[in-house]
Amino acid sequence: MTTLTEWEQRVSPTVRNMPPSGIRKYFDMAAEMKGVISLGVGEPDFVTPWNIREACIYSLEQGKTMYTSNHGMLELREAISGLYKEETGLSYDPRSEIVITVGVSEALDLAMRAILEPGDEVIIPEPCYVSYQACVTLAKGVPVPVYTKLENEFRLTPQELEAAITPRTKALILSYPCNPTGAIMTKADLEAIAEIVAKHDLLVISDEIYDKLTYEGTHTCFASLPGMRDRTILLNGFSKAYAMTGWRVGYACGNKAFIDAMVKIHQYTMLCAPITAQTAALEALRNGKSAMEDMVKQYDQRRRLMLHGFREMGLDCFEPRGAFYIFPNISKTGLTEEQFTEELIKEARVAVVPGTAFGESGRGHVRVSYAASVKNLSEALDRIGKFVAKRLR
Amino acid sequence: MTRKEQQILELLEDDSRITPEKIAVMLDMKQEEVEAKIAKWEEQKIIVKYNTIVNWEKLGYDSVTAMIEVKITPQRDAGYDTIAERIYRYPEVQAVMLMSGGYDLSVLIEGTSLRAVANFVSEKLATIDGVVSTGTHFVLKKYKMGGVILNGKSDDDQRLVITP
Repeated sequence: MTTLTEWEQRVSPTVRNMPPSGIRKYFDMAAEMKGVISLGVGEPDFVTPWNIREACIYSLEQGKTMYTSNHGMLELREAISGLYKEETGLSYDPRSEIVITVGVSEALDLAMRAILEPGDEVIIPEPCYVSYQACVTLAKGVPVPVYTKLENEFRLTPQELEAAITPRTKALILSYPCNPTGAIMTKADLEAIAEIVAKHDLLVISDEIYDKLTYEGTHTCFASLPGMRDRTILLNGFSKAYAMTGWRVGYACGNKAFIDAMVKIHQYTMLCAPITAQTAALEALRNGKSAMEDMVKQYDQRRRLMLHGFREMGLDCFEPRGAFYIFPNISKTGLTEEQFTEELIKEARVAVVPGTAFGESGRGHVRVSYAASVKNLSEALDRIGKFVAKRLR
Repeated sequence: MTRKEQQILELLEDDSRITPEKIAVMLDMKQEEVEAKIAKWEEQKIIVKYNTIVNWEKLGYDSVTAMIEVKITPQRDAGYDTIAERIYRYPEVQAVMLMSGGYDLSVLIEGTSLRAVANFVSEKLATIDGVVSTGTHFVLKKYKMGGVILNGKSDDDQRLVITP
């Protein structure tokens, strides 16, 4: 136990004890080097489509700079409600069952703080996005990781879920398509999970931010499954589908009790999401579809390029069918995922993220983002190929 | 035209040097199938040409480009097409387009010097039967050609280098 400085001692123990980010070290390494092709980026390489940016600029020219209601602009909530009605048949009342948040990040935090009491357990399938554990911990809940497996293409199985349930389990976080694995769950997969959820009367937080980036079949919204709507807090946004990461706007849909609770917190902590971002999001829903579909088409082409590339190198790689990540197994090189990442940056000047940054079950894997140009991806595959060839056993 | 066929053409349009092998991987098709389609489109002149955009200025070659607004009286039986053909047959003419608005044909020509361009306009273009008047505009600076920014700021990735 290292001695803490006088001021560190005054930091909340909950926060002090949170593990540091597993990616910081590689960020610092890569940021210092020149000519690094970064495939470690969790955001699109596209710029937000012009019509969306223009709608925001116009709204600023018109002087729209004030607070919106806590729930968010009504027109935006109505557009979201209409979207879900059309695509999934789900009905969310725009006045009481939708809240616009500062990114899905905030929605996740609100959901945790709204439903968790100290000691409540939340089941989190891993490998997963870095924030889930942290948000549960900060809300005084207990994160319960479930290690999904490569042989199941990192889908959560009903057996894995049931084995993790205890009398203190309050909720399950589902996040498909998945960051970092690129895994998806089919309707049948999700129905099997829904059965366990209903049996044990669990709540579900479903983070569907990558729903539009599904390359095989269509995405199934978990809340649309029979019996799941009222027990699911559905999270989604615009960051990945419309390349709006920096705008910080997302939303949550759920039954009135949950949304009321979330708004209660939100009204005091954030007040409202930025009006400029909400205006832009509305434009995205109204007129952003073809630009979005074009981006998805390009991600799909790149996905195939990467899968082919990694398999040609002789690495085990399952086919990712969602998001913009591919999760090859690098154990054939004899290196750990951390060694692989560090040596790859130094020797080949390509940055990726070790699978363990996303949980223990990421061991032996690296997350490679294909949110980069075909030119950079091809060059990176070439460099990685040479790096791997030297070390394969 | 299927969506995949459209994507093949879009990929080629963006980078004419992309190999059929790579196209096949990216679109989940067989390489032979991609090659056969490309060959067919070349024959049908759907793929008209594979181009390379060269920034000659960077090498110190200064050429003169001019955009000429041409007003013409349409010919009997042939309309604008006959005159347009007489103009576009000249190799120095890069582009000819029929336009709406205050003039009829937009002609883009490239010559070795101002005088060469001026001579072309006065001796070859203005003298064509049916040409009523010409208005010559000289290009001072090219910013973007063929969808490519020429001397702009580099396309560096501005994103944080690693993010979750």
